[in-house]
Amino acid sequence: MKRYFVQRIGYMLITLFIIVTATFFLMQLLPGTPFTNPEKLTAQQLTVLNAKYGLDQPVAIQYIRYLGNLVQGDLGYSFQHEGRTVSSMISTRIGPSAFIGLQALVIGAILGLVLGIISALKHNSIFDYGSVALAVIGMSIPSFVFAALLQYYVGVKLEWLPVALWEGYSSTLLPSIALSVTVTATVARFIRSEMLEVLGQDYVITARAKGMKENQVIVKHVVRNALIPVVTMLGPLAVSIMTGTLVIEKIFSVPGLGEQFTLSILVLDYSVIMGITIFYSALFIFVVFVVDIIYGFLDPRINYKGESA
Amino acid sequence: MKNTVLKVEDLHVSFKTQTGKITAVRGVNFELKKGETLAIVGESGSGKSVTAKSIMRLLPKSTTEITKGDILYDDKSLLKLSNKQITDIRGSEISMVFQDPMTSLNPTMKVGKQIMEGLQRHQSMSKAQARERALEMLKLVGIPKAEMRLDNYPHQFSGGMRQRVVIALALACNPKVLIADEPTTALDVTIQAQILDLMKDLQKKTDTAIILITHDLGVVANMADRVAVMYGGKIVEQGTLDEIFYNPQHPYTLGLLQSMPKMNEDRSQPLLPIAGSPPNLATLGEGCAFAARCPHAMKVCHTYTPRDTVVGNDHHTAACWLQDPRASKTETEEVLVVN
Repeated sequence: MKRYFVQRIGYMLITLFIIVTATFFLMQLLPGTPFTNPEKLTAQQLTVLNAKYGLDQPVAIQYIRYLGNLVQGDLGYSFQHEGRTVSSMISTRIGPSAFIGLQALVIGAILGLVLGIISALKHNSIFDYGSVALAVIGMSIPSFVFAALLQYYVGVKLEWLPVALWEGYSSTLLPSIALSVTVTATVARFIRSEMLEVLGQDYVITARAKGMKENQVIVKHVVRNALIPVVTMLGPLAVSIMTGTLVIEKIFSVPGLGEQFTLSILVLDYSVIMGITIFYSALFIFVVFVVDIIYGFLDPRINYKGESA
Repeated sequence: MKNTVLKVEDLHVSFKTQTGKITAVRGVNFELKKGETLAIVGESGSGKSVTAKSIMRLLPKSTTEITKGDILYDDKSLLKLSNKQITDIRGSEISMVFQDPMTSLNPTMKVGKQIMEGLQRHQSMSKAQARERALEMLKLVGIPKAEMRLDNYPHQFSGGMRQRVVIALALACNPKVLIADEPTTALDVTIQAQILDLMKDLQKKTDTAIILITHDLGVVANMADRVAVMYGGKIVEQGTLDEIFYNPQHPYTLGLLQSMPKMNEDRSQPLLPIAGSPPNLATLGEGCAFAARCPHAMKVCHTYTPRDTVVGNDHHTAACWLQDPRASKTETEEVLVVN
């Protein structure tokens, strides 16, 4: 168990290192400089600025410096916002993103589970076909289309909820609902196929042959076994949705991390791009790790002790 | 009649498929007496498992239909029971053991709990009582360190041990009938023998009637009191173990026996296979299903379905036109001579 954890954490650090390195050098290839209107700056001003941000050094030195700071947990200062650290920018921006994402995830997971389970139980019925069609629509139409539709009908026409901006709880609802469509569709499709697979397993017949009532068979034997793989899918989905989605945050003017990310790429704010990328990746890697641990608890066939059962 | 626990009468079962209706069981009749073992033998697709699952009403309702016939348990029709009533009978009166012990236990539930579930459901036992009984059952089926094993998951057992667990599970509520659907097919030979011995042993103790479904004649010889041979969805011959093995009357039964290797026979002699392949149930019409492969087929065999005819003792029946008094004598004798 201990060995597994040490090994796993080692791999996680290596993965992160590769991501940091790749992003750092790719970013150098972006055309332009972090400074707006560089042509208006004098050569002297440029030298001063470059020296201040360490851009006068060769790329290799910059890279090593960056790594050195990173190891100490320092993500550096923003190039665009005078005197603001990248860490503080991330921490102020993550709140709204996480809230909207979490809300979308809860709505999506619950709706998706209900839809998926019912359509598997009513396999090949009208309900099943309907929910599969809905799931395909939900997965193939991008969320910003739903966002625009929601803004127009719920926001403008009905005036039930604010169209955009970040003013109290009611502003969180539309972006969350828009985001949850994809989650619902993904979860519904996934749980449906898992359920169908489990329903065909011999042990389900065994449970029925024991005389268990059908609802007990479904809850204790089918749903439980079908849910285990859903955990693997839900983890990464949660990260991607909680760290903010660029488009949704832009459409609803949510002051979230996704919006900040787009902005910093547009203005070549090197340290912020790096910081947010590292933050995303680290969170993702960590969640996958947590999911694997949870999996070990849910599925008795998996053990991390390294002994064969 | 008092002795009969289960009676299957003229059972017909059909499947709805995309290409049309396929009748997998086409008029099966048999009786099961208290405490006896009836073996149902036949090749894949002959309708053995479908018959068994019909008794338990475990066939999916959306795709299967029992079109004709009846199944009587204790003189009550199982087919007319409500869903609630049939679940009351499943597991407590009639139990089933499945073919593959690797897949027939829930992988995420402790085996003790899987045994306890049925007990709590049928015998309204408390958790502690059910656990006590589950432990007793595991000991009975010969699982070492049963106390500890109760809290293990199926993957921690070997195949043979798992089949013991499945048997413990099936017998926990003292059912009157145990349907064992190829219980040893997925096990290796030495384990097979152990499991069969265990089943015989438990049968003596509990007086359970067993329907043993198998395609292994060796298993039949070891276990059965009576044998029913199925082919193309019908029982073509039925009789006691001795009658079927030493005096087979249906050419298919004979073919099966001849295609089985024998211990003390000259091994340089090739085995005698039955020529041809099993019938396509979708296209099977009137006439004997075996006619196309039968070395003794007559004209009548292709056009009219033979009825069960009593041969020898009154419980030995065969559905074959050769048994008809009008069939030419020489052909009948030819069949018998081979044995």
